[in-house]
Amino acid sequence: MRKHISTIILFVLLLIASLTSLFLGVLEMNVSGLISGNLEQIETLLISRLPRLLAILCTGIGLSVAGLIMQQLCMNKFVSPSTGATISSAQFGILIALLFMPNSTLWSRAFFAFVAAILGTWLFVWFIQKITFKEAVMVPLVGIMFGNVIGGITSFLSYKYEMTQALSTWLVGSFSTILRGQYELVYLTVPLVIIAFIFANHFNIVGMGKDFSQNLGISYNTVLFMGLTIAAVLTASVVVVVGAISYIGLIVPNLIAMFKGDKIQGTLIDTALFGALFVLVCDMVGRTVIAPYELPIELIVGILGSILFIGLLFYRLKNGRKSISLGANNTTCCNCTPKLEEN
Amino acid sequence: MMKINNLIKKYGEKTVVNDVSFEIPKGKVISMIGPNGAGKSTVMGMISRLIEPNTGHVEFHGQKLHHWKSKELSKKLAILTQSNNIQMKLTVRELVTFGRFPYCGGRTTKEDEQIIDKAIAYMELNEFENRFIDELSGGQRQRAYIAMVIAQDTEYVLLDEPTNNLDIYHATNLMKTVRKLCDELGKTVILVLHEINYAAFYSDYICAFVNGKIAKFGTVEEIMTKETLSDIYKVDFEIMNIHGKPLSIYY
Repeated sequence: MRKHISTIILFVLLLIASLTSLFLGVLEMNVSGLISGNLEQIETLLISRLPRLLAILCTGIGLSVAGLIMQQLCMNKFVSPSTGATISSAQFGILIALLFMPNSTLWSRAFFAFVAAILGTWLFVWFIQKITFKEAVMVPLVGIMFGNVIGGITSFLSYKYEMTQALSTWLVGSFSTILRGQYELVYLTVPLVIIAFIFANHFNIVGMGKDFSQNLGISYNTVLFMGLTIAAVLTASVVVVVGAISYIGLIVPNLIAMFKGDKIQGTLIDTALFGALFVLVCDMVGRTVIAPYELPIELIVGILGSILFIGLLFYRLKNGRKSISLGANNTTCCNCTPKLEEN
Repeated sequence: MMKINNLIKKYGEKTVVNDVSFEIPKGKVISMIGPNGAGKSTVMGMISRLIEPNTGHVEFHGQKLHHWKSKELSKKLAILTQSNNIQMKLTVRELVTFGRFPYCGGRTTKEDEQIIDKAIAYMELNEFENRFIDELSGGQRQRAYIAMVIAQDTEYVLLDEPTNNLDIYHATNLMKTVRKLCDELGKTVILVLHEINYAAFYSDYICAFVNGKIAKFGTVEEIMTKETLSDIYKVDFEIMNIHGKPLSIYY
């Protein structure tokens, strides 16, 4: 039971935040209106608010789980869709789709984004495996550089073919364009996260190294590339619908791991819930700060995320790899308030 | 039954292991010793399927090693290398649970849990059970890995330099555990060791390597002689008999 307390707390918080988010916006909508069958209000809910909420939840879940998988498989805490060239590759894929298929649909753009994201991520991981870096921080630096090279090519092509305007939707993540009929692709995150959960132990074992996995009878390369593919498709399906959102895949898994460790089976649900909560809260902030206008989600996540990221770096510097215990060890009583204590 | 037939391993032009053949006696502790670069760890890698030999093969229970299904083999043969990722934040129990993976694929049954409990108790890790492995000392961590191998419940246990980075106390305790694995649990244990005296005191057979070849393979008494050891290591040796075991002094 104690093990699941964090999951339950996160779930309840997410539920409250979700309901709040539904009633937040320019068009009037309230409970009494919905119950009395006000058609306009029900339409607002079904066409705009609910799709937006679902897209936000899927985005948070997808990106944070993608980050979790990538961090485990690469044995590096600073690898994520944004620091591992996955997002920029997906954007490159979208540009290719826009260039060669001017009438491309959401699905054909998604296809190109998937392929590009998978190839980009594989290439990055193949590269960091060929060159083993002594410093863990080198890996994300190489990833950021690699991502910027791809981003550079994307920018060059988009300037050359005057596609910058069209592409900007996918460069900066935003939920303001989410309407029914234009976002359903993001649901793909749900089956992918379920698959990730089923193979959680495989990913953990592969994260322990090649010899370790072979000893337990697991084909290292198969699981590695399968995991990376799942992470890439998760990321790409978010990028195609919402655009790029940085930091989530980096910060959310790290924060959860500080409390709950690295056993994916134990952290995946928390990571997914917290990721969704994080994006949802950022979205609500973005919608209220300059209401009735709204700030793109990427801006809010960027600000909050960079602060959290710096905090995380300082924590690592100060405490090394020590974990924060939820009072689970050593204490026997049912102290339900999460206590931040050093283990 | 494990039989090693004419193993050759080359890295580029360099032949690291050159035509090595021997048979591993069942239910014994076998130590592989030799100077740096003699090829002991490479041989260990090849008999544990982590390294593919250029020619030759390892016969395990009458079947060539690379014909075995990886999953089946992992129920019969466990290897612990030096290259484990200790960055991972896993509790001791979670790590030991991985030992059951070849049997249950991650969904442990009651029986699996019992075996895990036993393995943890056997390595006296009960009080650390819920601690993260990256917060343990080197000796405790090594014990956690051994507990995982015990949970894996294999006939053959291969340990690549298990005493590395351990102080005298922990290294000695580890060697005692190795002896117990053989005597109490009936496992065949194959070790790569640098400390000749640990090999002499705790194993039944020693296989000495020089320049990628077997210099000599035999019982402890056969190997632990002044002449043989001086030949292998190119330094002067004296052999002392302590507690009925031939131990060496080198200078």
